[in-house]
Amino acid sequence: MCKECGCGIVGEVDINGRPGSEISPESVQGSGAESPTGHSHEESHTHGHGVDPGRGDAHTIAVHQAVLQKNDRLAERNRGYFKAKGLLVLNVVSSPGSGKTTFIQKTAAVLGARLRTGVIVGDLATDNDAARLRSSGVPVVQITTGTVCHLEAEMVARAASQLALDSLDLLIIENVGNLVCPATYDLGEDLRVVLLSVTEGEDKPLKYPPVFHSAQAVIVNKMDLAAACEFDREKTLANLHRISHHARIFEVSARTGQGLEAWATYLVEQHRLARSNAVSK
Amino acid sequence: MHEISIAQSALELAVTAAQASGATRIHQLQLRVGVMTGIVPEALMFAFEVVREGTIAEKADLKVQVVPVTCWCSNCQIEFSSGEMVYECPQCHQFNAQLRHGLELELASLEAS
Repeated sequence: MCKECGCGIVGEVDINGRPGSEISPESVQGSGAESPTGHSHEESHTHGHGVDPGRGDAHTIAVHQAVLQKNDRLAERNRGYFKAKGLLVLNVVSSPGSGKTTFIQKTAAVLGARLRTGVIVGDLATDNDAARLRSSGVPVVQITTGTVCHLEAEMVARAASQLALDSLDLLIIENVGNLVCPATYDLGEDLRVVLLSVTEGEDKPLKYPPVFHSAQAVIVNKMDLAAACEFDREKTLANLHRISHHARIFEVSARTGQGLEAWATYLVEQHRLARSNAVSK
Repeated sequence: MHEISIAQSALELAVTAAQASGATRIHQLQLRVGVMTGIVPEALMFAFEVVREGTIAEKADLKVQVVPVTCWCSNCQIEFSSGEMVYECPQCHQFNAQLRHGLELELASLEAS
């Protein structure tokens, strides 16, 4: 952390258990890679701890810059890089416990050789999710964010540099379990996939509109428990249509496999589209 | 935590802009925050008080202008505001409106000397 201005207060991020700062995503960012906080320490800090000149000669400076422009720029860089590699990239977002990891594991299994899948997993702590995925033979990189409640484009760039992307068709990014913060951070994905499980209640899309609005696909998971939870399917779908009116909706059970073939077929088609766009450009 | 990293990014932009104009003190930052960003202005202000310590903005105020949601219905060619963040067009009652405002997260201006 920079002692002078407090930048880097969000702390150190680990990738596969190594401090993220040791991993330079050369393949993605080139030689101009920025520090994790993106703050160049070559700049001089003229913090002026001396006499406060007061506000007498204060003037207004018009800035009009997006606060997250750095993340947005890095996300675009990721997107271009992934496109050049012919990858379809998903950013999977949900509440904790909606079943993201099982869903991703089963998605990779159902796809089999149709799309070769790799995963980047974000968690506050532990690499349990990565271990689960790795045990099923899927290439996985874990990002341990420490205290950060979401993934950022720069973390994804560093994590992606640890995967053999040339031997993959589909990169699935499992975001930190949280329906608020990840909505604001573009990672460079093609599709944002929001998971909702039947145990969470029908009004979840109404409670978290930004993330549901940003979804290209919504997965209603744990359909095998629908009856036990007295899940109101019609009401959920109506709420989703109100908030995520442009999203494709898939009703699945990752545990039983129900609905996963339709989802896999959709991904194969999306990969074909992403590839043909990449070639035509 | 989300607001901490937002406050920090805003502060970095402000310090860069202030220094570029030769200023040594920042007195106020003005942010425009859309309702759809999910950012809570109170939490952002609290976070700003933490990150501004020891910087040229350590005595600066943070003013947050909340930008409401505005949608555009391409069927009816009208713009409408939606209080409940729902995209139903008040005329045709379709749900396919596009978001025009509400996703802003911008450092509009600052006061510095």
